Amino acid sequence: MISPWIIYYLVFIAGPMIGAFVISFTNWDILSGPKWIGLANFNELFHDEVFWVSIYNTLFYTVFAIPLHIATALITALLMNIRSRFVGIYRSLFYLPCIVSPVAIALIWMWMLYPDFGLVNLGLRSVGLPALKWLYDATLSKPIIIAINTWQFGSTMVIFLAALQDVPGELLEAAEIDGANLLQRIKNITLPMISPVIFFVLVLQTIYSFQVFTYAYVMTSGGPSNSTMFTVLYIWRNAFDYYRMGYASAIGTILFLITLAMALFLFWLSKFWVHYETD
Amino acid sequence: MNSKRKNKFFGMGVTHIFLILISLTIILPIFWMLITSLKKTGTELTFPPQWIPNPIVWQNYLTVIKTLPFLKFLQNSLLIASLCTIGQVVVGSLVAFSFAQMKFPGRDKLFLVCLSSIMLPDAVLLVPTFIMFSKLGWIDSILPLVVPAFFGGKAFYIFLARQFFKGIPKDLFDAARVDGCSSLGLWWNIAMPLSKPMLITIALLRFLAEWNDFMGPMLYLRSMENRTLAVGLFTFLSQYGGEWNYLMAATTMMALPLVIIFLFTQKYFIEGIATTGLSGR
Repeated sequence: MISPWIIYYLVFIAGPMIGAFVISFTNWDILSGPKWIGLANFNELFHDEVFWVSIYNTLFYTVFAIPLHIATALITALLMNIRSRFVGIYRSLFYLPCIVSPVAIALIWMWMLYPDFGLVNLGLRSVGLPALKWLYDATLSKPIIIAINTWQFGSTMVIFLAALQDVPGELLEAAEIDGANLLQRIKNITLPMISPVIFFVLVLQTIYSFQVFTYAYVMTSGGPSNSTMFTVLYIWRNAFDYYRMGYASAIGTILFLITLAMALFLFWLSKFWVHYETD
Repeated sequence: MNSKRKNKFFGMGVTHIFLILISLTIILPIFWMLITSLKKTGTELTFPPQWIPNPIVWQNYLTVIKTLPFLKFLQNSLLIASLCTIGQVVVGSLVAFSFAQMKFPGRDKLFLVCLSSIMLPDAVLLVPTFIMFSKLGWIDSILPLVVPAFFGGKAFYIFLARQFFKGIPKDLFDAARVDGCSSLGLWWNIAMPLSKPMLITIALLRFLAEWNDFMGPMLYLRSMENRTLAVGLFTFLSQYGGEWNYLMAATTMMALPLVIIFLFTQKYFIEGIATTGLSGR
């Protein structure tokens, strides 16, 4: 009964994975057949400045976006753990940016951040601050995409909200009676108890962060000055704009290795801070 | 006692202010999008900002529909999203059920393999998958986007379903087996009816993901009539760059259906996401 899935796996995952690896060693422009060129692609990659920039961009994004995203979701979830009739409204509202299409969100923010007359710049000008170039500024472009990702903290917040419900109230009350203040209670009881969930979110978010594509493609096309050229976007460019399938595959192989290394690292690191219930 | 109550109110006050500020960052862009979509061409860029459009041009929406085959885009998005959802729910739950309640050698190892595919970046498979579909002649059709869903779909949803199926008491199935029920029957007649909320959640999540998908449709749907809303919106941007009132109208039309669906089905989204996070061990 799981035969459909076995077929799926072989055809759509395992097969392509092996294929991707093999194609990395070829020179293929789709029109003619593949030509084996050994390690030439990887050699070229090593000297390709744009490739290294893309790795830098992707890692930059990962390093800043993930803590920001998780922290925002966590803090908001902790705040929302109050008993208020507005919580439901807030929760749905905060979740909204997660259901709107990234393309739509890209357009909305491109408009908000429009140079000179976008709403954000109008706001800045009205309090006497200078208007910024936002997406046209190489130093601001990545932070903007990171900010948009943080803006979409809703889905993660919902996960944390549910996890927080599982923290036994009696434990927190007992600690309060013993004199622990709010911060101490959070640090010593709440956080450790939801650490498996935090870990889960961390791993997923890391995987997603390596796949940043749509915002860079729609908003900035990798610019300005390649500041938003993320690795996936570079793969796309090479494969579908330059028709260099082999080269693109080689980049993909490297991306896979980095992702794998990152995942293994996270799992290893989890030993030190994730507390599982006796499972 | 009194200062403790004051502290509590202060805490609540600060919390609410914080939450309201965050809410503004969400409400403001959406509001501005709506406002802009109703502005007359040439009046979008003003200083100070015009909060109520004058005149209010509802025509903009009609113009957008006439400029690009927007209704066709809508149709395509609907078709692809619906087909993927059906495939995911039916075949995905079939696969999940096998992982959950049927016994066969290597079952759990295979499930681990299934799970690990969640961690694989799509980009890595991009090139070979594209080449495969191109050799099959499926480029510029919905097949590359829809067919995988009918082989089980994304591991993420299989995982969700499997966790749920595992929670169904084995005795129900044992009893049915004794009565001569086949494996397929167990799945269809017992597991599925019991899983309606979970299935709805998976359906909603998958539908949403497909509707919003950009990379897939951008890659495989070439000709104008085959494009989805996501790609259509991008096409609009590339072809009518500076006309933001029309752009915002198009954006509104794309985002609106989902927001409406969301408002009516919030419960399933929120609970579905929550259970995912919790069963993520």
